[in-house]
Amino acid sequence: MARHIVARTSDIPPGGNKVFGVEGRDIVVFHVNGEFFALLNRCPHEGAPLEKAACVARLTSPEPGVYQRSRVGELLRCPWHGWEFDMRNGQSWFDPKRVKVRSYPVAVESGEELQKGPYVAETFPVHVEDSYVIIET
Amino acid sequence: MSDVIDRPILAEQVAAQSRLRIIDCDVHPSIHAHSDIEQFMPKRWQQHLRTYGSHLRTPYIGTTPYPRSSPLIARRDAWPPTGGPPGSDLDFMRKQHLDPLDIEFGILQVLDLFIFSQQNLEFGAAIQRAINDWQLAFWSDRDPRLKASILAGQDDTEFAIAEIERCAKIGRYVQINVCPRANEPLGRRRYWPIYARAQELGLPLGIHVGGYGGHAPTGGGWPSYYVEEHQSNAHTMAAQLTSLVLEGVLERFPNLKIVFIEGGFGWIPSATWRMDRHFEAFRSEVPHLKRRPSEYVKEHFWFTTQPIDEPDEAKHLRSLIEWVGADRLLFSSDYPHWDFDDPRYAFKTPLTETERRKIFNSNARALYKL
Repeated sequence: MARHIVARTSDIPPGGNKVFGVEGRDIVVFHVNGEFFALLNRCPHEGAPLEKAACVARLTSPEPGVYQRSRVGELLRCPWHGWEFDMRNGQSWFDPKRVKVRSYPVAVESGEELQKGPYVAETFPVHVEDSYVIIET
Repeated sequence: MSDVIDRPILAEQVAAQSRLRIIDCDVHPSIHAHSDIEQFMPKRWQQHLRTYGSHLRTPYIGTTPYPRSSPLIARRDAWPPTGGPPGSDLDFMRKQHLDPLDIEFGILQVLDLFIFSQQNLEFGAAIQRAINDWQLAFWSDRDPRLKASILAGQDDTEFAIAEIERCAKIGRYVQINVCPRANEPLGRRRYWPIYARAQELGLPLGIHVGGYGGHAPTGGGWPSYYVEEHQSNAHTMAAQLTSLVLEGVLERFPNLKIVFIEGGFGWIPSATWRMDRHFEAFRSEVPHLKRRPSEYVKEHFWFTTQPIDEPDEAKHLRSLIEWVGADRLLFSSDYPHWDFDDPRYAFKTPLTETERRKIFNSNARALYKL
């Protein structure tokens, strides 16, 4: 597994991101709430650049009229069609097939696992060592 | 990672097939500021625009019938670095869209200022004229790939005909655009003079979703959410297709060509099957129809592809394309709006080389005489 030192932590302002060309791929690194997350800079749906995604909160609603925000800034909202991905692991939350997924017994058990769609944006582990951002590919 | 969906990039596709240039039938230019179009308006209407602006047929102040998902319904990456709204900077449009996607021609569709829905018909006519002139001066003259449409608000037929005549003399427009949300269903006779001119001029009639018709966009009333409004675009288009066919417009104008823009095409088979079946029972009510409704649809209508339907199983999209017919589909991106379709990835089912050529290029080339 190759390790690439791509930036100083100070190169990416909180709430911002930066794209790095690593082994022929564009990888975008986000700086959110003191943590760094790296993803392939490409939405798996139609290829939109995720560097332009909105960093949003996870908005959930257990029932109509009740709304909860969590994980503020950690969800990516694709700049084109609005598909949402968890920055931490690239897991999609918005998924056209979700209606089917929810109809399974697991959907009734509640919790994050049930809402995960089948699409996963490619993610890479990130380590912060001596204030450098290092991507493993 | 095995669960990552990866799709081939354009270079790989091109290597495997002959190079295919794209005709994009739905590109949205925007005015940078009102001052851009003021030069094409008499002082009287410049002043009106500044003082009063739009007076629309809408029950909700400050809302838009277009599907919001981001500010100005735009891709978040389409805001020009030079400032101004998405679609307002030609150089940036070239760099982001026309050049990298190898667009041979882009058909312009202007939505600014809701020109079709202005209650003050004289003001509406003034901004139609201004925007028609602006399309040439700011876009077609500067980039010959970009083709303009004659915008003609149909609710004042006289103004519409005058504007069609004026633009037809200039001779550089490829289409006549009317709105699907007019005061009455589009098949009604009050609109026929426009269809007569379109047929005589050999220009297709373009009908792009949206606008404020003053009527609720669904049979059930006004939607609560933009997602609901977005869904209703298909209902509105289906109602207009039905009206145009059943009122006898295509019987009266046998050479009229009609393009439904941004209405999708998933609803076409069901709508035409249903019309055919009902026609068998009701044909004595509409004796002016000489053929089954589906035959008029097959001969007179084209449909742009965006927003493309994405069924769970690719084979269903495949069937849909076969039912509607690859001859009737025109690729469209909707750039720079948020529900943009990228020509490289929009079709999530394989197309044959012949289908690709038709949908991405030759259907539009023949229709618009490009």
